[in-house]
Amino acid sequence: MLTGNAAAAWGVRLANVDYIPAFPVTPQTEIIETLSKWINDGVMDAKFVTMDSEHSMITAAGAASATGARVFTATSSQGLVYGFEMLYTIAGWRVPLVMINVSRGLSSPITLEPDHNDILATRDTGFIQIHCEVCQEVMDSILIAYRLAEDERILLPVLVNMDGFHLSFTREPVELPIIEQVRKFLPAYKPNHAFFKASQPMAQGVAVLGGYAYSYFKYQMHLASKKAIEVYREVSEEFAELFGRTYNTVETYMADDAECLLIMTNSFTTMGKAAIERARARNIKAGLLRLRLVRPFPEADIIRFVKRAKAVAVLDQNISIGKGGIIYSDVASTLYNEKEKPVLLSFISGLGGKNISIEEFEFIFDSLVKAVDKGEISPPQLLYTEAELIEINRLKNIVGKEKHYKFESGD
Amino acid sequence: MVELIPIKSIKDIPFDENLFPGTPACAGCGGLLALRHCLKVLGKDIVIVNAAGCFTLLSIYPFTPFKNSWLYTAMACAPAGAQGIRDALDILIKKGKLDPKEDLKVVVLTGDGAAYDIGLASTSGAINRNLDFYYICYDNEAYGNTGFQWSGATPLASKTGTTQPGRLSPSGAEFFKKDLFEIWRSHKPPYLATISPSHPVDLHNKFKKAEQYKGPKLFINLSPCPPGWATEPSHSTILAKLAVDTGIWALKEAIYGDIKHTHIQKKFKSIEEYLKEQGRFTHLFKPQRQESVINKIQERVNKYWHSVQEYTK
Ligand code: SF4
Repeated sequence: MLTGNAAAAWGVRLANVDYIPAFPVTPQTEIIETLSKWINDGVMDAKFVTMDSEHSMITAAGAASATGARVFTATSSQGLVYGFEMLYTIAGWRVPLVMINVSRGLSSPITLEPDHNDILATRDTGFIQIHCEVCQEVMDSILIAYRLAEDERILLPVLVNMDGFHLSFTREPVELPIIEQVRKFLPAYKPNHAFFKASQPMAQGVAVLGGYAYSYFKYQMHLASKKAIEVYREVSEEFAELFGRTYNTVETYMADDAECLLIMTNSFTTMGKAAIERARARNIKAGLLRLRLVRPFPEADIIRFVKRAKAVAVLDQNISIGKGGIIYSDVASTLYNEKEKPVLLSFISGLGGKNISIEEFEFIFDSLVKAVDKGEISPPQLLYTEAELIEINRLKNIVGKEKHYKFESGD
Repeated sequence: MVELIPIKSIKDIPFDENLFPGTPACAGCGGLLALRHCLKVLGKDIVIVNAAGCFTLLSIYPFTPFKNSWLYTAMACAPAGAQGIRDALDILIKKGKLDPKEDLKVVVLTGDGAAYDIGLASTSGAINRNLDFYYICYDNEAYGNTGFQWSGATPLASKTGTTQPGRLSPSGAEFFKKDLFEIWRSHKPPYLATISPSHPVDLHNKFKKAEQYKGPKLFINLSPCPPGWATEPSHSTILAKLAVDTGIWALKEAIYGDIKHTHIQKKFKSIEEYLKEQGRFTHLFKPQRQESVINKIQERVNKYWHSVQEYTK
């Protein structure tokens, strides 16, 4: 039994990483503590250094990666956005760094529990993003991530995401692979492009003058990222052959004949799957699609499953203030030019670790059924339960706001 | 430790160049002149880790004026980049993945904006972690690359883009220059020195001395900056020398925190000679002479030297 954090640390140990610059932040810290202990105990041959901030940490990680070492680092939430500038920078260096983000709602208000505004804020940086549902997947994804990042056709850094608390601190059975199998899947890193050495001076990260040069390098990154979908398929097939666990770009649950499809990401998907079973018990042909690869966005795979459904709901655990759900927008633009497409509904819940209740899932499926049966399309919904409203009003009373604002759902 | 034989004259400075001409730096850039000397001593087996500043534009795709390797990071984090490279080289050599002959010296190169302000924390971290690296700060006393705005290194009364003398505030920058040497010295690094492009022999010997130490080796170069200081490009070396001769730029070194001045003058020139040369201080003399401000600057210099043992004894 391993927590998500421990599973992450095991992934890093198995990957034979050379270098780990770190900086503590809840709820990621257990990962770096575990690695630091292993290194100090001599069971892992790597160098560990605690930096002065996440900004410095990501810089050191990128620079070491540019020197030719296999590098890992981890952060969460505030830390990820503190180092934001460097995510763009080192992705532009085309270095094969693998990094974990343990999702946690962004300040303010400051909080500890998860949502995905942190990781999704980095979606345009050039990092490939793999989002995980369970602890086993976290460990496996790290191995897959190095294969992707170091592939000559990609050479982009990878962020592996897991939810804070729900995954980071939850113990689940995790199967540790045999090391020989891991070596077969992920051989020692032999960089062809990333190096600093005396015999061959090289300038990296240099300035360009003119939009034509800048655009060229940005387009290259985009094309490499798009290419990563194909490479991802190859790599995950190989992984499945060796380890018996299959990780497609999207994971489906009872989706084959689903008329009402729910799209989610990360650990709350487990709750979504339970909701699918309840909906099926109510005779709703429900199914679920979980996005595992979020960048590059696996458009073809999404279209393939989504087109079979009559109505689709995207449940975003993030909010682009003034617009709405981020994944919803991505899915909508993916479908826009399809001739036949289902209706697409947007729901937001689970911000800052807010529970997604049974009623909320029921509300989502009722809305989908209404859309299918009566053609009633509900506007984007911000989900919140009666009980939660009573509770927040109680807190507001304590701070002296006696007026009870009436809560309105929807736009 | 091998005994060091300091060079005595400019003739002893190596002829080889590791920084080639034709860069986009301004004519008469005091920072570039100093860098040229630094690289003569450091050699070509180095990697320069750069932060945003004037010298970022030295390497523009697909050109570089250096014989050595280069990595541009961002404004705040060149020392963190140096940490990553140093650590990676060390671990790769230790694991037998890199031939020790391929090893490089890691050299951070930043302006004063990065060194005194936005990158102070990452530098402090690197020094504290005893990172084996060089740091060269070309200090032109303002944000030069953005057109010369106030930085923590800007001296009292300097005119900059954001401290323009006006009716309500006629005397330019209102604060004294931050004492980066003392901030860095508080970490007790193995080697720390101030340098000047007007004193290449002193510069050369300092780098040679620094080479003996493992750990942070830090240099602050006062860099005359013709467009920002509003001076003649051909006067940069004269100005750098005036800064030393008036005592406003003290040439010194500190080994594990113990200071020694490497250039002591019996009598310093009046600070006015230095200020008058520069357009950024003209408002102190015209239309009205701002005696109290000039005195304040002079007093600060006097006070400094009175606290220096080698000078007072
Ligand atoms: S602005 Fe000043 S410091 Fe910058 S390149 Fe020009 S002369 Fe040198």
